[in-house]
Amino acid sequence: MSTADQQAIRETVLRVLRTIAPEVDPASIDPKVDWRDQLDLDSVDLLNFLVRVHEALGVDIPEEDYPKLSSLERCVAYLAARAGKG
Amino acid sequence: MPSLGADMDYGTLVEWMVKPGDRVRRGDIIALVETDKGLIEIEVFDDGVIESLLAEPGTELAVGAVMATIGQEGQAAAAETPAKAEPPAPREPIPREKAPPPPSPPPPAPARAPRIPPGVAPPGGGARPRVSPLARRRAAELNVDLATVIAGEGNVIRVADVENTAAARGVPKPAAAREAALPAVPPPAAPPAPGERAAQKTVEERTAAMRRAIATAMTRAKREIPHYYLETHIDLGGALAWLAEENRKRPVTERLLHSVLLVKAVALAARAAPEMNGFWIDGEFRPSEHVHVGMAISLRKGGLVAPALHDADRKPLGELMKEILDVTNRARTGVLRSSEIADATITVTNLGDQGVESVFGVIHPPQVALVGFGKMVERPWASGGMLGVRPVISATLSADHRASDGHCGGRFLAAIDGLLQEPEKL
Repeated sequence: MSTADQQAIRETVLRVLRTIAPEVDPASIDPKVDWRDQLDLDSVDLLNFLVRVHEALGVDIPEEDYPKLSSLERCVAYLAARAGKG
Repeated sequence: MPSLGADMDYGTLVEWMVKPGDRVRRGDIIALVETDKGLIEIEVFDDGVIESLLAEPGTELAVGAVMATIGQEGQAAAAETPAKAEPPAPREPIPREKAPPPPSPPPPAPARAPRIPPGVAPPGGGARPRVSPLARRRAAELNVDLATVIAGEGNVIRVADVENTAAARGVPKPAAAREAALPAVPPPAAPPAPGERAAQKTVEERTAAMRRAIATAMTRAKREIPHYYLETHIDLGGALAWLAEENRKRPVTERLLHSVLLVKAVALAARAAPEMNGFWIDGEFRPSEHVHVGMAISLRKGGLVAPALHDADRKPLGELMKEILDVTNRARTGVLRSSEIADATITVTNLGDQGVESVFGVIHPPQVALVGFGKMVERPWASGGMLGVRPVISATLSADHRASDGHCGGRFLAAIDGLLQEPEKL
């Protein structure tokens, strides 16, 4: 997984996030802080987010892995590790 | 102008989505209206053919004012409003601090309502593009003039088209030399179409208007409705175990949240408890045949809406979950529909995500009951002579004592508990 691929995943994640919370300025996101605490997302927002990330990248996300996608940094790392593995 | 709740007196027509001659079917979206509850898509109440549009975009109309005439095919036109037959919208006068302006009468129907105003050159030629409500909202947020946006497939302006225009404006790219040469302000736009701007409010104005609408409805609720309150605690252990097993079988696009179980259980219990499901209107209780569960959704910019999940008692969990995802997303980012705003027969509020353990809500008039759920917490729980640790949730009922008594309310809450002990039957 190259840096360019990671950057592409990051951009996809932020694009999907904007469809859930359009008021969020991507530049203001602290990549290490939990989405919930930082952006006031609730469980319905988070499921919408995961469904759309799955649709955009084709990565399967088991329910028990949800906590591994709880911040921008964790999200990109998880998806980068799984992308391309079918 | 349909009434979208007891607290609505006026709405401002933003845009027609149809033109004379268009065939419409019940439920089609025919207009976009700005109300105190935000931008709402107005659905037509009947099948027919649009004969004339009587209101110009930008006009504020009193509830009940005629907006358009719809004819049945082969029949003479009957002037009607897209108001709904059921539920009967209560129109009790609400005292206002200042006298409301006289209702603006709808302007006479122009002989031919020009759909494409002179001076607007639609990009790509042809008819003026349609604009998705989400794109319209995004354009307002980004301060993008819709007349400058190039429509995409099907002559429709979508969010991406608006964002592309904004990006082209704000970030000069080497490739876009011509754009970069332009001053860093929006290009001089063609004059906006009638109503294109007239009814657009800023985010702050919308938030303030919604605050006033909530204030009016809640003041009325606390002044008029003799609330009584009940609480019980429900062991969700079985339901959560079932849910985890179920979700293992489902792809991420089909997964369920425990909130869908709560909504479905309330809907089924409400069907069996007619005293909880309906409206208090003109001094009497009118039960509803349908169970439309209003789901309270907090908006991050401030405020609250409770759009209806129609016939929630009859829908499979997967379908209901998809509706919850869609409605929540549209409430927070886009536009709700008139039936969603007006139809709820009972409301559910869930503050579990916010970390509180119980909520005793205020009933949304003219409804007569509201069920509140709190955060799931692990608790020592005695059952069958054994003590264990179980995930427990508080379920509360705020009910209208004019329509029901505590005995009935208690049975209703117990029924919700019972339904959640058999999640596979939900």
